[in-house]
Amino acid sequence: MPFVNWLKRNLVVIAGLLTLGYLLLPNVVVTVFSFNKPKGRFNYEWQQFSTDAWKDPCGVADMCGSLSISLQIAAFATIGATILGTMIAFALVRYRFRARGAVNSLIFLPMAMPEVVMAASLLTLFLNMGAQLGFWTILIAHIMFCLSFVVTAVKARVMSMDPRLEQAAQDLYAGPFQTFVRVTLPIAAPGIAAGALLAFALSFDDFIITNFNAGSTVTFPMFVWGSAQRGTPVQINVIGTAMFLVAVLLVLTSMVITNRRNKQKA
Amino acid sequence: MATLTEAPPPLAPTAPEKKPPRKRGRLVPYWLLLPGMLWLVVFFALPMVYQASTSVQTGSLEEGYKVTWHFATYWDALSEYWPQYLRSILYAGSATILCLVLGYPLAYLIAFRAGRWRNLIMILVIAPFFTSFLIRTLAWKTILADGGPVVGALNSLHVLDVTSWLGWTTGDRVLATPLAVVCGLTYNFLPFMILPLYTSLERIDTRLHEAAGDLYAKPITTFRKVTFPLSMPGVVSGTLLTFIPAAGDYVNADLLGSTDTRMVGNVIQSQFLRILDYPTAAALSFILMAAILVMVTVYIRKSGTEDLV
Amino acid sequence: MTTVTNKNETGGDVRLSGISKTYDNGFTAVQPLDLTVPQGSFFALLGASGCGKTTTLRMIAGLEEPTTGTVFLGDQEVTNLPPYKRPVNTVFQSYALFPHLDIFENVAFGLRRRGIKSVKKQVEDMLELVQLGEQARKKPHQLSGGQQQRVAVARALINHPKVLLLDEPLGALDLKLRRQMQLELKRIQTEVGITFVHVTHDQEEAMTMADTVAVMNAGRVEQLGSPTDLYENPHTTFVANFLGTSNLIEAEVDTKNGDDIVLKAGGGKLVLPESRCSAPTTTGGKVLVGVRPEKISLTHADDAGEIPEGRNRITGKIANSSFIGVSTQYVIDSAVCPEFEVYVQNIERDSRLVPGADVVLHWSPAHTFGLDAAQDIDAGVEEGAAA
Repeated sequence: MPFVNWLKRNLVVIAGLLTLGYLLLPNVVVTVFSFNKPKGRFNYEWQQFSTDAWKDPCGVADMCGSLSISLQIAAFATIGATILGTMIAFALVRYRFRARGAVNSLIFLPMAMPEVVMAASLLTLFLNMGAQLGFWTILIAHIMFCLSFVVTAVKARVMSMDPRLEQAAQDLYAGPFQTFVRVTLPIAAPGIAAGALLAFALSFDDFIITNFNAGSTVTFPMFVWGSAQRGTPVQINVIGTAMFLVAVLLVLTSMVITNRRNKQKA
Repeated sequence: MATLTEAPPPLAPTAPEKKPPRKRGRLVPYWLLLPGMLWLVVFFALPMVYQASTSVQTGSLEEGYKVTWHFATYWDALSEYWPQYLRSILYAGSATILCLVLGYPLAYLIAFRAGRWRNLIMILVIAPFFTSFLIRTLAWKTILADGGPVVGALNSLHVLDVTSWLGWTTGDRVLATPLAVVCGLTYNFLPFMILPLYTSLERIDTRLHEAAGDLYAKPITTFRKVTFPLSMPGVVSGTLLTFIPAAGDYVNADLLGSTDTRMVGNVIQSQFLRILDYPTAAALSFILMAAILVMVTVYIRKSGTEDLV
Repeated sequence: MTTVTNKNETGGDVRLSGISKTYDNGFTAVQPLDLTVPQGSFFALLGASGCGKTTTLRMIAGLEEPTTGTVFLGDQEVTNLPPYKRPVNTVFQSYALFPHLDIFENVAFGLRRRGIKSVKKQVEDMLELVQLGEQARKKPHQLSGGQQQRVAVARALINHPKVLLLDEPLGALDLKLRRQMQLELKRIQTEVGITFVHVTHDQEEAMTMADTVAVMNAGRVEQLGSPTDLYENPHTTFVANFLGTSNLIEAEVDTKNGDDIVLKAGGGKLVLPESRCSAPTTTGGKVLVGVRPEKISLTHADDAGEIPEGRNRITGKIANSSFIGVSTQYVIDSAVCPEFEVYVQNIERDSRLVPGADVVLHWSPAHTFGLDAAQDIDAGVEEGAAA
């Protein structure tokens, strides 16, 4: 029974690939429907092939504006969360201090809290303070929930760093500042980059917390949410597909480049 | 010249003398922690306090609210919305189990069987993140559309008869039923299960599999006795990363469900943003937070993996 | 003029005075210690792991702050100087090469930090010295263990430190490469004339390379001296057992005969030169008599008459023998010592020397040493075996 044996051996592979299909199916649908020409306001049923939306991606009122707001918030939130998170990660790994337990819980809790709870409580704070909801309240919220993820990513990297490297730098006449700039930072860079990337993705795609604290400001996810009630323009699918493709292409090129560089050196 | 003869400096007295330790750098960790911790205290911890206080206030939007220690709000919220709480836990729990069942083979595949395809599959798992999750969730509306190929296939296989009987679907519809919501939740949080699972599976030395095989374990026994126990840290953090956000989610219930599939997130959202009944909304949110913290603590204690941060 | 040379000679002395280290958790790694390493010497700190040798080294480097005491480099007190202000460089255990910099930049690191602009010539010369000219633009992980080790040495030496500290520099290399690097390091040291302080747990390594060895145990220096001195005339049971193998016999002081002490052990008498005894020798007092296994000759009991007069002798029975090529190692069961080890060179093998044979062990009194019997007779046995 060679077939049954083959099936037995590759059961895991087949199940895994099925899951991968489940994960990718919506993206396929999004891509296919970016070439649709829907009859009504909603783009849920296939009608006929068209590249209209691709030719005019910003043809829907307010969509590209919301995209730009989302990109700005994500950029600022990434910078803020990465700086603050990296500082905390270094303090946690490299120093001894009081109240370590409290610090650890304060970092863990935002990750263990449903978004809707954080969103609602932050809104209560802003309402109590009489803060004007909008760009800045969104940014504050995003830095808050991205911070913990940056700390986790950077901490992992700094923990695996050999402390002797910094000692070696000090031994070779580098003062504390030089040691940090020349040795610590470059070696921790991959962890910091991973944290920053994660922060960007989380911030850019956040809906729930933003929805509570945005006031009348509309980010891209909020635009999509709104259009789910009012009618979904095909351009949404164009943006979704384009971002997917850009991400895959960027990662693939960077992989090819590192591969080639490694081969050259070896 | 004579002075040079005496050049060697006087040795310190051999009696050991205590020197004050170097003071510099003592405060560095506090300066490093300060801005980030301040941010979390002001915009995470303090809001929780405000929320707790709001939940025991009475009043109206026009006349303002006052703290009156009105705990009845909690009781009213629970008695009115217990079905939504129950549904949240049920849907999130089902989605978590489904994520584990679906995610484990894929994580295993990437860790041990993918070979040169490993990086590509990793990219394919992560890349969907870059398409807004709302757009992807809307795509499920198309996939599960009434009379569409998926529903048609399920119907002809009589699967829908079984799920209808179980109450998961209604008639020959999948959209706007619990099944659609759970399917959406599973889909949305699957990567949060796969990534930690992969991380802990990848750390396992493959020679352990060979050693188990050498010691008369069948592949399935090897998995049960070696691989799975060693992947426990990934299972625990994966289930937490799936369950917690799923329990508070309202997007899937809203886009893929109906009024009969409302979860507690939907209630909190509408109380806060539409009905503007802040005390009730705050109480609902507080109950959800408490329930999840209790469940997570018990779960972490039971599974014996306390070091998650 | 002599005075000037004198001053120059102390320029690279390392002097530790009353130095000790107690950690916050109360563990004392180094007990108060006085030590002088003369300029230009190759000095080894030898001991098992946890004996305080690395802590001592790190206090010289400035990476560890002494709890008490002072550190001098030549005339300069450096106790409170941070590592980047000390004219001392370290070759770290497992090298600590900067993974993000190539070999050239690793070696140039110290020069650049001191603000030296034109480093190219110096770095290239240094890479030539360690035979790595070709590898300048590679990253550390692309080099073999031995090459990485040489980069670590080059990176430290290029700064012309007053003292070069080496923390188990050869620990990560395989045996053959280690031998090669031992000679290589010795050559470099002779060439540059810088004081080397070398920390190792490998007694062979310490003895091959160093002019002076300090054997450390439990935060103290047990004995300090040249390798031959330490081996031939150990002063403590720890040194006797940690450096090579020693046979130790409990004996009682009987009489003194000129420069020699006569001792009673079992039924027989043993002779020990007084100068080679580090224990008090009052009549009737206990002394541990030691002798190295390769100093002993083995004669079959039938030929006992042929043994020259004046040699220490002990009778016994062969319990075990193993042939290892250059020598045959015997374990002898005797009344005074249950497991007497004897190494006999394989020149003319006596076919009667098989397990069960009665034999006489004999050696020259000049090869005997005496130790204080109040010590643990097995101190250093396990540490020595592990190293």
